Amino acid sequence: MNKLDLGRRKLLSRALALGAITTLPGCDFEDLAHPDLVDRFLRTMLAFNDEMQALLFNPHTLAPTFPASMVTNPPRFNAYYDISMAPMVDPATYQLELGGQIQDKQPWTLAALRGLPQEGQITRFICVEGWRVIGQWSGVPLAYFLHRIGADTTCKYVSFKCADGYYSSIDMASALHPQTILALDFLNVPLTAPFGAPVRLRIPVKLGFKNPKSIMQLAVTNTYPGGYWEDQGYDWFSGS
Amino acid sequence: MGRATYHKPRPIHPWPLRLMHWVNAFAIVMLIGSGWQIYNASPLFNFTFPETITIGAWLGAGIAWHLAFIWLLMLNGLSYLLWGFLSGHFKQKLWPITPRAVLHDIGAALRFKLPHQSGVYNAVQRVLYLGVIFAGITIVISGLSIWKPVQLWFLTDLCGGFYIARYVHFTAMACIVAFLFIHVVLVLMVPRVLPPMITGGKLPEVQS
Ligand code: HEM
Repeated sequence: MNKLDLGRRKLLSRALALGAITTLPGCDFEDLAHPDLVDRFLRTMLAFNDEMQALLFNPHTLAPTFPASMVTNPPRFNAYYDISMAPMVDPATYQLELGGQIQDKQPWTLAALRGLPQEGQITRFICVEGWRVIGQWSGVPLAYFLHRIGADTTCKYVSFKCADGYYSSIDMASALHPQTILALDFLNVPLTAPFGAPVRLRIPVKLGFKNPKSIMQLAVTNTYPGGYWEDQGYDWFSGS
Repeated sequence: MGRATYHKPRPIHPWPLRLMHWVNAFAIVMLIGSGWQIYNASPLFNFTFPETITIGAWLGAGIAWHLAFIWLLMLNGLSYLLWGFLSGHFKQKLWPITPRAVLHDIGAALRFKLPHQSGVYNAVQRVLYLGVIFAGITIVISGLSIWKPVQLWFLTDLCGGFYIARYVHFTAMACIVAFLFIHVVLVLMVPRVLPPMITGGKLPEVQS
């Protein structure tokens, strides 16, 4: 009889422990200024995962491409604000500013960017939320652009600052991937404001939120730049 | 020397099995709870999971929890498979299963007449365990294919593409939850099998 009781008690305490686990994570990433033990554990694991993802990343593996008939049109809007709030950037006065470890920091106008070799792709855009759309983007390959401006490609990060205050950063290996482009066009016409006009990053080897829109500044650096979502707890590497 | 050598009684469940079993149970619970939070961000079906039973207060935290436990699950699962094959455990304990024995034991279980012999799994258990091992392999492969559809494209292809892989992942989760429910009900029906899964227990002496 004793044995049976022991079994039941263990079961009960186990059930209670499981219950405790599910309520405990309620506190994760809620107060960014005061990370608790759980936050620190999650951060450590995220850092470990970023390293594993960098190891898994093969610079020669291409993201799958699709026929034009599969393009999702109209595309799906997603941001932390409503579509009507998308920033309007005047294409006539637009200048892409450069910073960090770059030799030639002359800003680039849209016309100058359009004067560079352009490349197009029909790739899948996967959101961290789990949905995906297919789009046709074209623009300047980022690897070409980085070499052209004399960027130090031994640096770790390329960072982006956007017209709406959004910011993000990617690892250099992914920045140099052949399918990573500074996109200017969607379906062969200039990008519209909600979808990143005048210049956005299109990087099919990463999740959607790593494709910043309406980029105003690009920098090359060795200091971890973080990102709008990344600083709140999204996994920084977020490779596909 | 001439005397019979003293044998330490053999445990019903050897320690590597117990360790891996409870590590797995913990990792699975964490992964399922955080997986439900991730699911809620873009539901596949007409429902979401109540926030009180999800792990992680929002999508970012759900992903962080999920990624924090995938390695534990994969390493533990891999060790279990290696150990199970190399030690002969699978061959001794989970094999063979015949459809006849399964039907017979299901019938017996429904009449609450399934005998339980220490250290021997009945046919219902064998089917359930092999099934959940298969579900475990499926959930890892489909999980990797939605996490890395570019780098691990061959796994994504195996699952029928990114879109279908999400359904495969969900289905495997549903199978594991169903298994867990039946598994725990069976343990509650025969609670004396639980302590040996924790402490090891002692196999009844066998005459050889
Ligand atoms: C959290 C509650 C759980 C409890 C109380 C529990 C309890 C047990 C017990 C008592 C046994 C031994 C059965 C016997 O000797 O007849 C067992 C075996 C087993 N359990 Fe669980 N378990 C739990 C969770 C899980 C989970 C989540 C999984 C997998 C998804 C799992 C998979 C297995 C497997 C595969 C075996 C057979 C192991 C072998 O011999 O290779 N269990 N469990």
